[in-house]
Amino acid sequence: MKAFSYERARTPAAAAAAAERTPGAKFIAGGTNLLDLMKLQIETPQHLIDVNGLGIDKIEPTPEGGLRIGALVRNTDLAADMRIRRDYGLLSRALLAGASGQLRNKATTAGNLLQRTRCPYFYDTNQACNKRKPGSGCAAIGGFSRSLGVIGVSDACIATQPSDMAVAMRALDATVETVRPDGTARAIPIADFHRLPGATPHIETALGKGELITAVTLPKPVGGTHVYHKVRDRASYAFALVSVGVIVQKDGSGRVAVGGIAPKPWRVEASEADLPRGAKAVAAGLLAGAKPTHDNQFKLTLVERTLGAVLAEARG
Amino acid sequence: MDFDEFTPSRRGVIVGGAVTVAVTTVPAVEAQVPRKQTMAHIEKVAFEVNGKRRELALDTRTTLLDALREHLDLTGTKKGCDHGQCGACTVIVDGRRINSCLTLAVMHEGDSITTIEGLGTPEKLHPMQAAFIRHDGYQCGYCTPGQICSAVSVLDEIRRGIPSHVSASLTDQPQITNFEMRERMSGNICRCGAYSNIAEAMADVAGEKA
Repeated sequence: MKAFSYERARTPAAAAAAAERTPGAKFIAGGTNLLDLMKLQIETPQHLIDVNGLGIDKIEPTPEGGLRIGALVRNTDLAADMRIRRDYGLLSRALLAGASGQLRNKATTAGNLLQRTRCPYFYDTNQACNKRKPGSGCAAIGGFSRSLGVIGVSDACIATQPSDMAVAMRALDATVETVRPDGTARAIPIADFHRLPGATPHIETALGKGELITAVTLPKPVGGTHVYHKVRDRASYAFALVSVGVIVQKDGSGRVAVGGIAPKPWRVEASEADLPRGAKAVAAGLLAGAKPTHDNQFKLTLVERTLGAVLAEARG
Repeated sequence: MDFDEFTPSRRGVIVGGAVTVAVTTVPAVEAQVPRKQTMAHIEKVAFEVNGKRRELALDTRTTLLDALREHLDLTGTKKGCDHGQCGACTVIVDGRRINSCLTLAVMHEGDSITTIEGLGTPEKLHPMQAAFIRHDGYQCGYCTPGQICSAVSVLDEIRRGIPSHVSASLTDQPQITNFEMRERMSGNICRCGAYSNIAEAMADVAGEKA
């Protein structure tokens, strides 16, 4: 690990201002992903701003009938909150499908959204990676790409966003609230939060320099049956090959979001109109324009079949 | 076990070896890296470990795991992968199990930390320690302190009503079943494969208290 200076921030706005002002600064909350990457010198911050003391760790009702989840709410606490379990079951299920008990106890809501890809070529500092070292190339393309993205990818990067939680947030139409270094707040729809790689895969989110996530808000509950299936190489504590989250209403309408296949939680609202026609029709719309590699083309079939299983479960 | 001061212990050899390596590689590293990033930053931190207040001045890079093992001599907590994948470093902080390798010591100002040394002693074992012995919940023993800290927390998490990936209902009180315990222990790897006996030990403790 490279040496770094350390400070504890006092307010969200002060943290954002410090992050903009200080060269090489990064926020640290749970630290479960950042410290892993710092040990490998994939991340080399010169200064860490500890945001754990900011008090933004509560889940509160919004005037619109939804919930405002503080950025520092731990994954365990979010998954276990009775309001989430009752009204936003997809979110609990997605969280509980991710990581281990120890990690969920530490990892935060904001940190989960910001976690980096688990592409093996991003992790191996001997390999070319445009995300880790812009302009160096992408060793994953033409490499061992079984776990990597099939849609939304580019010639510069085929990494996936690994969060389970983000898949549920996308289906639930969550909004990411932030504070900027000048103290102003803004709200970013989850659909616009993660960026597609294009030619700049190192820019992963819509956040500006120093901008700090303060909360994630959920609109009022939409009801329906919530189901999340995660397909992975072992039964627990592994990243998804494919994950599918659905919210299905009694009239057959619903929402579908998919993880493990793209640089962002993948949802194509137009394809949801095909839900009454079944998984094959929805998957065709979801995956239109997919560019799989030889190694990961199985994911296209896997999405369709997992969606079929999820819809069967949701419809009882 | 007693070692006289001239008998090399396994730990002594490892520490000595590490020092030798550090001395021979430091000049090469310094030649390549700008000086600014090689200078250590020292910060003070105070927390409670096993009921005892500890004050330390540490390089900011020091993980909680290294603070416990290298600075407080609490070597019961083990370093396995050092990347949060194996669970050997599991400790209980403010009542919750975490990977001590993936958190910085300076981030724990004022926290209350329980390690395997704080759960029980050879004279007065924690019920989970006794159950691991009774059920042969280990072979080499390296992952065991982490397994036991995790196991104690898992039973607590089930009692507190925290659901898991395998809970059939999200809103009902989860039950202490073999299926639940196996899922919840997936962050602790045992290379010897003592898993089934670990689950038996946990069931034993859960039964005693039920």
